[in-house]
Amino acid sequence: MTASNTLLKSIQIQVNGTHQHRLVEPRTSLVDFIRDELGLTGTHVGCEHGVCGACTVLLNDEPVRSCCMFAVQADEMRVTTVEGLAPERGVMTKIQDAFCEKHALQCGYCTPGMLIACHALVADNPHPTEEQVRDAISSNICRCTGYQQIVDAVMYATQAEGK
Amino acid sequence: MKAAPFDYVRAENLAHALDKLSESGGDAKLIAGGQSLVPMMAMRLARPALLIDINRLDELKDIEIQATHVKVGAGVRQRDLEFHPQVHSHLPLVGKSMQWVGHEQTRNRGSVGGSLVHADPSAELALAALVLEAGFTLESKSDGRRHLKADEFFLGPMFTAVSDTEALTQTDWPVWQGSYLGTSFEETAIRKGDFAMASAACQIQIHEDGRIRRISFGIGGVDGTPLVFPELAKSLEGQVLSPERALHVAHEAAQSSQPGSDMHATAAYRKHLAEVLLSRALQSAYAEACANTHSSNIT
Amino acid sequence: MSKSPFRFIGKHRRAVEHKRFVLGQGHFAADIQIQGMLHIALVASPYASAKIKSIDVSQALAMPGVHTVLTGEELRQNTEAMLPGVDAPQVTRYPMAFDVTRYAGEWVAAVVADTRALAEDAAELVMVDYEQLPAVVDPQEALLPNATLVHPAHGSNVIFHRHFVWGPVDQDFAQCDHQLSYRVSWARNATVPIETFAVACQWNDSTGILDVWASIQMPKFPDQMAKALRLTGNAVRVHFDVDVGGSYGVKRGLKHSVLVGYLAKKLGRPVRLVEDRLENMRGGDMQGPDRIFDVTLGFQNNGEIKSMRMKAVDDIGAYSGRSPLQLGKPVGAIVGPYKINSVSYDAMAVMTHKTPQEAVRGFGQAPTNYAIETGIDKVARFLKLDRIALRRLNMIGKDDFPYLIPSGTSYDSGDYDTVMTKALNAASYEELLKERDALRAAGQLAGIGISTCLEPSGGNASFEPLFNPKNETTTWMDSCLVRVDLSGSVTALMGTSTSGQAHETMVSTVVGEVLHREPDSIRVLHADSLNALPSNSPVGSRMAIMLGGAAAGATKKIKNKLLQIAAHNLGVALEQLDYEGGHVQVKNEPEKKLSWDALVEIAHRKFHKLPQGMEPGLQEKFVWEVPSGGMLPTADGRVQMYPCHSFESHVVLVSIDPGTCKVTVRKYVCGHDCGVMISPDVVHGMTYGGIAHGLGAALMEKFAFSPEGQLLAGTFMDYLLPSSAEVPAITIVDHCTPSPLTEFGQKGSGEAGYLGSPAAIASAVNDALSTQGAKIDHLPMTPQAIWTALNDAKSPA
Repeated sequence: MTASNTLLKSIQIQVNGTHQHRLVEPRTSLVDFIRDELGLTGTHVGCEHGVCGACTVLLNDEPVRSCCMFAVQADEMRVTTVEGLAPERGVMTKIQDAFCEKHALQCGYCTPGMLIACHALVADNPHPTEEQVRDAISSNICRCTGYQQIVDAVMYATQAEGK
Repeated sequence: MKAAPFDYVRAENLAHALDKLSESGGDAKLIAGGQSLVPMMAMRLARPALLIDINRLDELKDIEIQATHVKVGAGVRQRDLEFHPQVHSHLPLVGKSMQWVGHEQTRNRGSVGGSLVHADPSAELALAALVLEAGFTLESKSDGRRHLKADEFFLGPMFTAVSDTEALTQTDWPVWQGSYLGTSFEETAIRKGDFAMASAACQIQIHEDGRIRRISFGIGGVDGTPLVFPELAKSLEGQVLSPERALHVAHEAAQSSQPGSDMHATAAYRKHLAEVLLSRALQSAYAEACANTHSSNIT
Repeated sequence: MSKSPFRFIGKHRRAVEHKRFVLGQGHFAADIQIQGMLHIALVASPYASAKIKSIDVSQALAMPGVHTVLTGEELRQNTEAMLPGVDAPQVTRYPMAFDVTRYAGEWVAAVVADTRALAEDAAELVMVDYEQLPAVVDPQEALLPNATLVHPAHGSNVIFHRHFVWGPVDQDFAQCDHQLSYRVSWARNATVPIETFAVACQWNDSTGILDVWASIQMPKFPDQMAKALRLTGNAVRVHFDVDVGGSYGVKRGLKHSVLVGYLAKKLGRPVRLVEDRLENMRGGDMQGPDRIFDVTLGFQNNGEIKSMRMKAVDDIGAYSGRSPLQLGKPVGAIVGPYKINSVSYDAMAVMTHKTPQEAVRGFGQAPTNYAIETGIDKVARFLKLDRIALRRLNMIGKDDFPYLIPSGTSYDSGDYDTVMTKALNAASYEELLKERDALRAAGQLAGIGISTCLEPSGGNASFEPLFNPKNETTTWMDSCLVRVDLSGSVTALMGTSTSGQAHETMVSTVVGEVLHREPDSIRVLHADSLNALPSNSPVGSRMAIMLGGAAAGATKKIKNKLLQIAAHNLGVALEQLDYEGGHVQVKNEPEKKLSWDALVEIAHRKFHKLPQGMEPGLQEKFVWEVPSGGMLPTADGRVQMYPCHSFESHVVLVSIDPGTCKVTVRKYVCGHDCGVMISPDVVHGMTYGGIAHGLGAALMEKFAFSPEGQLLAGTFMDYLLPSSAEVPAITIVDHCTPSPLTEFGQKGSGEAGYLGSPAAIASAVNDALSTQGAKIDHLPMTPQAIWTALNDAKSPA
């Protein structure tokens, strides 16, 4: 079957609060749709087979690997990418700020997926233990940080106010 | 790693999905969570001409708790099974196995049916299904419904009895009645969340005096499908499970397996691992059953 | 507590790079969208060794959306070969194979289409007719007299061999009470960044410039691209402001870039290649050292190690870039931290029909440290001496620096015993022993591992002439341009790429330190290769030293100019001036001063107030040759390798499940000395990351090949990268022995952690196995490998 035989499908996805109505090839993955069609290049591709977690986004508020689904499957759903985490321009979330404070990133490539996983954890569990943090990020691979400062950042963000 | 081109339809209901399956002559695949299927399509190892999306079919998402059975729709998300409180009370072995299934993020999307149909020899739900003798309901447009037992469902590595035009719609998990139950699920992988090099599962029920009333156990990842040992299990009824007996049973069970070798583990190591894990699973389940005996004596 | 002599250096500071990454506004090569861009998919050979009989691209070309299909033959005719780093002119390499393919995964054709998906569709339609040829996959087989040759024109599978003898080796051995021989094997692994290699090129007919955006970390990349594409150096513009998603050595995508550059020029359209993970693992040519060491140590009854014979055979795969040189860099720290008097080093690089190797973090030092440290532990066990005491006995003492090692490198400074002691204290060593013993009592195998390893830093060209006397390269520099603009704000330019090392942060800290200006107000930019000053890229843990040094050098010139302007305008000699916070004042006369703004204004606007002959404006450059570098090796192969020597000591507690044989790392402490840390958060971060890399190499990472030469670990399901569940919490304790060679006493530190971690984990595992009379001398130490080692001990062959 060649590309010309494949019918485009109409999808409606809410991405970072904005309603998007597009036509896509069924085989376009959600991550490629986000990056190429919507130009939101904050979400990254690392392996395209569901292991590294660099492509993690929130789908209806749950962290999923966007390389492991096709955009058509996300029709009528809500997607949040790293660009949609901050409440407004010029303001960062506590976790984003903590990542900066605790040096929880180096090359920045796994960071968007890592942030999504951390935000999902804290939304569900506002005061996680270190073990729970490690558990929550265990399917996001980082080759730069050795994870220590990422764990430190989440603990810093979730401990008593003003620490 | 972009998938080969395909057409896509979202099923409006089960009948629609079966209809589409039937008309596609074996060239279509059902997709629910896609956590196994999509990576295979990205690698072009799977190339269906049509994907039929059944992920939103509510009729496949029921978890029905009864005293003797728990019916789990094939479209139930792994995550929902994992967090269902009555699944833990009625099917403790399934409850224990869920933490080993992939990662939290894949359980958010992956379905129970998807994992079972994928039939990886090291899949946790497959092992649990065989140990608990779960029933499988398959349905197709032309042949209607049929029911299979777990050992009729799993035929080989990545290979089940589901035909090209059939869908797995429901699984039926027997609940062991009575008290003094113990369960255990053991697994070893190099990293958390990886496919197990070997796994072992056991569910056991004892009499008040510690003799085994009923027991079922199995090992995974060491043959074309997970293996269960009904005869060996039967031979244990009425006996106390001493550590020596557990070791002996585990050894016999593991020796009967025919594991493959790959870069991570040779067949010999896998057999050894299966023996170790099964021995631990047996003893751990037994210890839990004994502890439950004590606690129910207290109350 | 002594007060720091620095105002900004060594302090906690948020890296300036972070903001864009946490907001999802990074600028990676695959993020770059250019109007009209086309996309590439590769066709790869499935065979380890084969002849290409024919390639039929007609069906692929006929697909709608496909623009061209390029084969290796066309590249061979139109580009220059990429040459190896050693003297082997017959071992040529092009981005794609022609005539024969030499490894499974080697690129044979490139399809260019409107989208990547279409290119992949068309790639499936490229029909290549192969004739399989005999393949040599095992390096020992490759060395046999009648072995199949990977490059017949070269005449041998050995691409490099040299036997160095430094000092009286035979004599020293003759005087030793004991000798101990052993073999260790370092399995092929690599740093495998989460971002694959990506490169986009655009050729402009009217300017004659090829623009290149690549995920690159490579010395002389623009120059090598130009040479390969037969362009002049000033026709290639590499954009170094592309964020690189991790590299740690491997992103030398020259073949990818030449391929894309050629296509961009040929098609007159921008073209991009983003490796998918399958292409990357098998055909990206970014695998690491694959090395067998045979070592003999000669020592006395009291434990003093007098001499070492080391033979290292490295399987570099089917082609050579700089990979054989990874046998050369360790020459600069061949005795580790020990006072070994003489060394025989036999280094051999052999080719096989496997994916080619590339530079990996440490450039060969990590495997060498593993080999050395394994020997120290073995000597201790043999003599029944404590491992720590044995190390102390043999270590170079803190008063011995600069210390000249037999192979000609002088270690600048250090205090190895103190670093090791700090690590042991931080690990509460006595308590750790009790913990180990308690684990053993509870039925686990448990062990403590120690490693004490050199981390040479600063880089140098010296291994090039060492391994290829025809290559007289001795320049290994870096540069910085610093400007103060007419509004008084400061900008610095660096001339190479960054892949997570926070160079912008480091440079702004240095510039701020010298000028007394707030580092967050100093902007650091990456120049492109047409307006960059010379650089050798961030390799060899060199940037804190070299780029930091160049930034300091340039900034000092600016500061000096400000002082001269002030002296001239205040009518005093330079010595009578105080510089504070960017303002200049006559000593003890506070009313006679010129503010920063006033000085800037004079420099930029008031020519009549400038000293005679002074250039207007405030911009200075500094190009700095590596300190202690610039010399050719001696005839017997002695040379100053790297300038500065950082040091790390790891203390690890592991337990091993006696049934499953799986290793759990329970405690991890790393003592680290890289002199003065300019950005401590950055240094710590890279050390944690290096330890994680090392843990992967020690326990789970391997590019395994089948006997037929098929890569078995071609995806992340088989090449296992450690997650937060496998990497434990890590404690780092710092020590500082400043380098006398640098501006602030800084040493380099990008390779930290990886250089000492595999040795320490292996030490721990062997400590655990020793209770069963077992040992393991190869990596990775998977459950399977440990089970085999335990079985071997139960029933020795």
